[in-house]
Amino acid sequence: MSFFKNLRAGLAKTRDGLVSSLKKAVQKDNNEDLRETLEEVLIMGDVGVHAADRIIESIAGREGDRWELLQQEMLAILGGGNGAEPYTAELRGKPHVILLVGTNGSGKTTTAGKLAAKYAAQGKRVILAAGDTYRAAAIEQLAVWAKRADVEVISQERGSDAASVAYDALTAAIARGADLLIVDTAGRLQNRSNLMEELAKIRRVLKKHGEEYPHETFLVLDATIGQNALSQAKLFHEAVALDGLIVTKLDGTAKGGMILAVRQEVDLPVRYVGVGEGIDDLMPFAPEDFVKALLD
Amino acid sequence: MFEEISSKLDAAFKKLRGRGKLNEKDVTAGLREIRLALLEADVHFKVVKEFLANVKERAVGQEVLDSISPGQQLVKIVNDELVKLLGGQRAPIRLASQPPTVVLLAGLQGSGKTTFAAKLAQRYIKRDKRVHLVAGDIYRPAAADQLEQLAKQIGASITRGEEGELPDSIAARAIKKAAGDLQDLVIVDTAGRLHVDEDLMKEIERVHAVAKPDETLLVVDGMTGQDAVNVATSFQERIAIDGFVLTKMDGDARGGAALSIRHVTGKPIKFVGTGEGVDALEDFHPDRMANRILGMGDVVGLVEKAAQSVDMEKAAHLADRMRRQQFTLDDFADQLSQLKKMGPLDQIMGMIPGAAKMPKGMKVDDKAMGRTEAIISSMTPLERSEPVILNGSRRKRIARGSGTSVQEVNQLLKQFDMIKKMMKKMGGKRGKKGRMTPRFQ
Repeated sequence: MSFFKNLRAGLAKTRDGLVSSLKKAVQKDNNEDLRETLEEVLIMGDVGVHAADRIIESIAGREGDRWELLQQEMLAILGGGNGAEPYTAELRGKPHVILLVGTNGSGKTTTAGKLAAKYAAQGKRVILAAGDTYRAAAIEQLAVWAKRADVEVISQERGSDAASVAYDALTAAIARGADLLIVDTAGRLQNRSNLMEELAKIRRVLKKHGEEYPHETFLVLDATIGQNALSQAKLFHEAVALDGLIVTKLDGTAKGGMILAVRQEVDLPVRYVGVGEGIDDLMPFAPEDFVKALLD
Repeated sequence: MFEEISSKLDAAFKKLRGRGKLNEKDVTAGLREIRLALLEADVHFKVVKEFLANVKERAVGQEVLDSISPGQQLVKIVNDELVKLLGGQRAPIRLASQPPTVVLLAGLQGSGKTTFAAKLAQRYIKRDKRVHLVAGDIYRPAAADQLEQLAKQIGASITRGEEGELPDSIAARAIKKAAGDLQDLVIVDTAGRLHVDEDLMKEIERVHAVAKPDETLLVVDGMTGQDAVNVATSFQERIAIDGFVLTKMDGDARGGAALSIRHVTGKPIKFVGTGEGVDALEDFHPDRMANRILGMGDVVGLVEKAAQSVDMEKAAHLADRMRRQQFTLDDFADQLSQLKKMGPLDQIMGMIPGAAKMPKGMKVDDKAMGRTEAIISSMTPLERSEPVILNGSRRKRIARGSGTSVQEVNQLLKQFDMIKKMMKKMGGKRGKKGRMTPRFQ
């Protein structure tokens, strides 16, 4: 079918050609050109139709350097609301508790390992809690990360109650005077209400030790995900009151533009990005770099 | 079944009521909604563009059938084209003439390769085949442990790598061993890799060269966005992909990646992963996928699920009672228990068109159903067939017996009343033709 062939050839040069045409389009007065090219760039970056429309509307009629305006607008979306204050990553309790949630395969366990290593390198005493009691060998996987990061791990056997693992881990973290407890959880799809209830239970159980727990709950989002990210952010936020996002796998060709769509609907700042499988491949989120990559 | 999109389209088409044919301008206006639906489903931008150009060509000049509106007509054309492009017929695994058949799995990190390996193995073990799994992921911590635990669970044998052994060597060793052991199927799991990681892409080329798979499947997360085409084409350039597996389709993603991938590679989607259990694997159905991408729900899947779990005799009996308006609380409880057999309610609701848009209070949950069952079970047989006798003290007793409140008992009786009223209406309309399928609230 010629249709396939055309498309395949077209895709190869897609992005290279796009950016230069976008740069040309923002220079021109022709709003129609600008709209079309910009829409294409944004949608192919997974920004989504609605968020793309809003971004385009906000700059289309304005005076000035529109390339600048475009970047400013996107930075405003990323840095507004709860993202206005720079993230200090400071530990607010002893122990400070971080709860990681997300869909299957988004990278929670890897992120838990990287976070543990990051704080351990600062001389903090870190404990990992193996809250994924469902998936085969998830506990072993976290244990390997704990070893790499040289931190303790608390686990029960596979199939045990995740909330009880979390509770026991917090009890131990308090008793041992740990600085940070990171609770890994099983992957779950956000439309499975029973599994989301299980997550809410983990949160409730942690609160039995004190209202302040968990200090931070992060949704781990795979950068290759498209518009479903919005549903993920909304439903996980409903279930466990998220504090922010961690976007993983940004070292591929996916741009992670769906976080712009997410940020327009739910006020959740991005805190970290995952850029590789190594233990150091977790970076603080830099909005400027992100916007550059998205428009590049 | 086309409600959502076609109602929007009908609004766009208001002006052309009574017209006989779709003209270019009408179609262009109508395709806007379709475009939005496709993009929201994560179909690739370019694919959408070209697809709609094709549809437009086909749609212009088509007669609007008497029975349906222009909106529905256009949706039908789009739907037909989608189904065609998603792949006409089923594409099963090609079995080797000389066993064992070797299947190689590849994909990005976290796409679901290891879980799929176990599901595919389980499917063939159930058909009395001997299946051998190969743990080719030497990078992710405990990946081999995961596959080993799954292998044990489903009764497959497994080869793991020695310390420092590379994936191509593990695969070669496993396949040789499997042939000697008279295995029917060898499934080679590999590490997740980014399509831009040159070293790892070379590695999978080597594994592919050594394993000489009869079937190479790329495992893709059903939630993948616009990048799906980059991933699929990059892998296809390096190893000859025979087909795709779409995972995590029990979620609420519309799965537009399926269309993109199918378009750019021309290779079929073979399987769909629909849950975490080793049984949750389905063949790919282009028609259902088309409906899902357009946001129209999986009515066929729902009916099929019902057919699997509903006792037909009971259903016929129930329909009969409904028709004669003898529907009692007992029947109601019966219906609930049949509904429960179909699986978790939220999964079922996801298959109903428009259900995602239902207001929160309308959503049924498994717990509420349990309470309803408890209330009905706490009634005497007489109360169940003659709910009118339920006075205050009876209601109090039932609430106590079922661990609920009188308000909840009242609410249930009210609901039941409403259902009966609805049935009266439907019974009247349908007359004697009314062969009703079991319904639920």
